[in-house]
Amino acid sequence: MIEVTKLIKRFGLKTILRGLDFQVQPGEFVALLGPNGAGKTTFLRILASLSKPSLGNVKVAGYSLPNQSAQVRAKLGVVSHLPLLYPDLTAEENLQFYARMYGIPNSQARITQVLQLIGLENRRKDLVRTFSRGMSQRLAIGRAILHEPEVILFDEPYTGLDQDASVMLDDVLRTVASHGRTVVMTSHDLIRAEALATRFDVLSRGVITASINKSDLKNNNVLDFYKQALEN
Amino acid sequence: MKPSFLKATLAIVQKDLAAEFRSRELLTAMLTFSVLVILIFNFALDLNIDVRQKVTAGVLWTTFAFAGTLGLNRSMAVEKDRGCMDGLLLAPVDRSAIFFGKAISNLAFMLIVEAIVLPLYAFFYNEFRIFQLEFIAVLLLGSIGYIAVGTLLSAMAVQTRTREILLPILLFPIVVPVLIASVLASGAIIIGAEFSEIRAPLNLLIVYDVIFIAVSFMFFDFIVEE
Repeated sequence: MIEVTKLIKRFGLKTILRGLDFQVQPGEFVALLGPNGAGKTTFLRILASLSKPSLGNVKVAGYSLPNQSAQVRAKLGVVSHLPLLYPDLTAEENLQFYARMYGIPNSQARITQVLQLIGLENRRKDLVRTFSRGMSQRLAIGRAILHEPEVILFDEPYTGLDQDASVMLDDVLRTVASHGRTVVMTSHDLIRAEALATRFDVLSRGVITASINKSDLKNNNVLDFYKQALEN
Repeated sequence: MKPSFLKATLAIVQKDLAAEFRSRELLTAMLTFSVLVILIFNFALDLNIDVRQKVTAGVLWTTFAFAGTLGLNRSMAVEKDRGCMDGLLLAPVDRSAIFFGKAISNLAFMLIVEAIVLPLYAFFYNEFRIFQLEFIAVLLLGSIGYIAVGTLLSAMAVQTRTREILLPILLFPIVVPVLIASVLASGAIIIGAEFSEIRAPLNLLIVYDVIFIAVSFMFFDFIVEE
């Protein structure tokens, strides 16, 4: 579903990604771990077609980037730590707007379905500016899955959430992933990543330094795996 | 699923208008600024009728140009600050549809401000020739050129920390031809000049509008991409 080979990304003289290789099979939930500045967000922005690779090949859902970026964007949902929502529109108006931008037929029924899924149906007529951070993040997930994407990218979705909101987001993420979608999530929260993901990759100094399936983890301890990957 | 260019453009325009009519942040700022400038000019320049005719076009275009930068900055900042620009760029639409959507909403805001400021100007300056159809046509052509370039440059400036300062620095040198042509044409209309006298600035405005809409159409994708 995602194939990345020898990806290099430079900003001026600074090289962020240094020949990164990365593959994800359909239906996998990959947690991309790594320290600050490792290049996780840069990598996700390239997968999302928001940034162009300097060198290397990137394929998402069978389409090459950057040449077939419109086709990739149609198959992709992205949730970042920013909600990508308009505070002066209601939850429903925000989803209606994105439904129009994605050309979704029969959008009203789909919007109702999504609002039910993220538990915001009773707040559909409320302005997003009145939402808590947790509610905004749930609506952001609703926006990202509105067009039923095959691949979803989550970039630090737990940033700024309190404990209750994080638990609620866990449930939403589990539901979203359970529909057979391919998910790549960056996170510093190893406990949450461990609970959700089926595979863990560590991105450090611009390359994937380690990768392991959940079933191969010793004592189910992702922290030990992560520490070891950074030491190597 | 991919919406047509027109549907995506209209979706952005409707979204911008709905959000602005609810918050009124952008229009309030532009209108307050414009009214203040007109009042200050009114008190600062103790005008007789002859001088008033000569300065009308200059005062109006100065007001609209500076108020326009406020609107352009705010319009693009709304997209940038909560990551909404990424939301637009992630949609499977031709990115020039985003440019046209934003440009049409910016033009709508500018025209609303002009529609409110013109009667106020006429009242304060006792100058009612600004309601001639020819004058309105020049106002429209000048605003289109200004907004086409302004929308493109505001998309560039908003990515920097000094966007409020950078936009006028980038914009005003490039829109000088529009402002000069607009002031010349509007001024000539107010003093009742022949059509032959306004033909040259009018042609310049039309050519400028066509060229810069085409340039913005071609370069918007490069500007918004990292």
